[in-house]
Amino acid sequence: MMKLTIGHLYPELLNLYGDRGNIQCLRKRLQWRGFQAEILPLSPGSRIDFDKLDILLLGGGPDKEQALACEYLTRIQEDFRAYAEDYGIILAICGGYQLLGQYYQTAESKLKGLGVLDIYTEWEPKRLVHNVVLDSPFFRAPVTGFENHCGRTYIGSYTPLGKVRYGRGNTGKSGYEGLVYKNILATYLHGPLLPKNPEICDDLLRKALLRKYGSVRLAPLPDEMEHLAGAMAAKRLHKPVFC
Amino acid sequence: MMSWNLWRKGLYMMKIRSWLAICCAKCLHTAIQRLHLGSGASLPGKAALWIDPNILSHLSGMTKTIVVTGTNGKTTTTSLLTHILRSQGKSVLTNQTGANLLGGIAAAFVLQTGKDGRLHAEYACIEVDEFAALQTLPQLNPSCILLTNISRDQLDRFGEVDVTCRRIQQAIVKVPAAALAVNCDDALLTAALSQCRNRMVTYGINEPLFDESARSEIREGVFCQFCGQRLAYDFFHYGQLGIYHCPGCGWGRPEAEYAAQNIHFQNGGYTFKIGSMVLHACTNAPYHIYNTLSAYAALQAAGAPVDGFAGAVNSFCYANNREGQYHINGACIQLHLAKNPVGFQQKLSLLRRDPQPKDVLLLINDYAQDGRDVSWLWDVDFQYLSGVKAVTITAGGTRRYDMGLRLKYEDILCTISEDIPETIQSLTLHGTKNLHIIMNYTNLQPVNALLQKWQGNPKGADK
Repeated sequence: MMKLTIGHLYPELLNLYGDRGNIQCLRKRLQWRGFQAEILPLSPGSRIDFDKLDILLLGGGPDKEQALACEYLTRIQEDFRAYAEDYGIILAICGGYQLLGQYYQTAESKLKGLGVLDIYTEWEPKRLVHNVVLDSPFFRAPVTGFENHCGRTYIGSYTPLGKVRYGRGNTGKSGYEGLVYKNILATYLHGPLLPKNPEICDDLLRKALLRKYGSVRLAPLPDEMEHLAGAMAAKRLHKPVFC
Repeated sequence: MMSWNLWRKGLYMMKIRSWLAICCAKCLHTAIQRLHLGSGASLPGKAALWIDPNILSHLSGMTKTIVVTGTNGKTTTTSLLTHILRSQGKSVLTNQTGANLLGGIAAAFVLQTGKDGRLHAEYACIEVDEFAALQTLPQLNPSCILLTNISRDQLDRFGEVDVTCRRIQQAIVKVPAAALAVNCDDALLTAALSQCRNRMVTYGINEPLFDESARSEIREGVFCQFCGQRLAYDFFHYGQLGIYHCPGCGWGRPEAEYAAQNIHFQNGGYTFKIGSMVLHACTNAPYHIYNTLSAYAALQAAGAPVDGFAGAVNSFCYANNREGQYHINGACIQLHLAKNPVGFQQKLSLLRRDPQPKDVLLLINDYAQDGRDVSWLWDVDFQYLSGVKAVTITAGGTRRYDMGLRLKYEDILCTISEDIPETIQSLTLHGTKNLHIIMNYTNLQPVNALLQKWQGNPKGADK
């Protein structure tokens, strides 16, 4: 039976905002199609065998936890970079997105990132907290999620995940959100991202199966509830809200 | 002579100002209620503060104030404190449920003044929103601040848990005379308050009490706030509450000065001891032991009377309007309020304690008071819902599909309700006659109003 191994990096530190829902989504969408899914929680300080990983998830964490995570990450920097350059599948959310870059300049200090991507992030006091809808060239359906970040991420010439229809995105001004490079998908979107955007989840699974087994076909799943939830979230954006 | 006159004039103007503020607030309150424009719980307070920005500090100086703040347990603990003091013959003012921001708190004080513009209550028991604490506490100048616990809640408003901690820290620095009653089982809270110079008493539970379903996988402050090492736990109660120490720097849970001991569940309630005092709390929810214990610690810290504590606890109704019970169409309806992951986990755990087959209705809204974002549903361990003997599970509210989706990814079957009254009606008529409704904040009032109306109608719920 075909099997994918999904590594969850530092779940005790980077677990904000229901991001572990992404893991659950990957797991279930594999199992529902008869594939096996193994989840590896990767603790800070533990040895990580990147050859065993098919998908790696980096979630977001509070500032203090993120600084701690950063310390541990620098110890595995080389292996991490090699995995990314070798088309390893990475989903990085919010704090995880920032950590992939060169650095994150916070109000007090400069956190050194993994340097997997040539991007950087700067802290600004105004927190960007919004429901988000993106139009992405990579996916048919609009991407929906929720952003909550003080960091402004400057992605240079990388390809963004999508154009912001509602919300603020990478810098609040650029009009774009997230980033796609090789098999890395990095974004500020919580929600969690994958359950309401099953197309993205299946895309990650397809890439991982392709990388591991060559060709593969993913059977379609009944995604009615996913689309209803996504549509409802998008609809709640432009409706006046009464309490 | 001149300056004396000016001083007198100034004093006189101040009095006029506060008198005007009180009058306007009272008129406004009456008008709002007569015209059915809402509860009038906070607008009169805002008006009074606009006219006289010092009105709250002026009035709070006339009484002894106990403040309750933290993530979960504020409302119950505040009403318990009020009940205990009142049953000992004290006059107590308190803020209306949910009116825990500056406006609502000011309203509570202003509307309680007598015709002479003075307060005659001996105590004020005030629930304060964690985020409003910074602005509110200096004006309240409390004798005691009771801190319940801190966990992730409304992150679209608070940003992250550390921000909440910092806010509380900053607020407490501004009221150095206030004594603190602190839940020392909460590592996050204890660490946040470790630098405070205030007088402090601690309370906690030394024995394991909660089952696995009450503990969520997601915890705050897993690592030591001082040296960054992973904290070691003897055991967890729920959330991050438990008995902890840091193997790195040696920091750890302080000894609880007030501890709940010999805890037993019997006769539909919890019996336990604080010191040599035996208490019986009529509730099946173990977290109410924390609420009760914290109230005792706070009264002690405030130097308030506790002679009648045990008797008052015995007669306290823990099921306030938030967790009310209704009987409609021969079915029993139990309400539960759950606003954040830790709270929701506790409610799932309670559902497991009811051995009867049941129908479960989950109502999730995303209005401003609930939080616009519902991703926290993914921080709740819903797999325990499959063990609660639920015959049907239904999701409703503005984010019903998000709820449905969350359950889909636990392989739990769930139907979607497009019309909440109709669903409740049909579940009471055709269901197991045992309906549990778990909901978040803005569902509470309409559901209570609906059920009250139906219960009052002897023909039942025919529309």
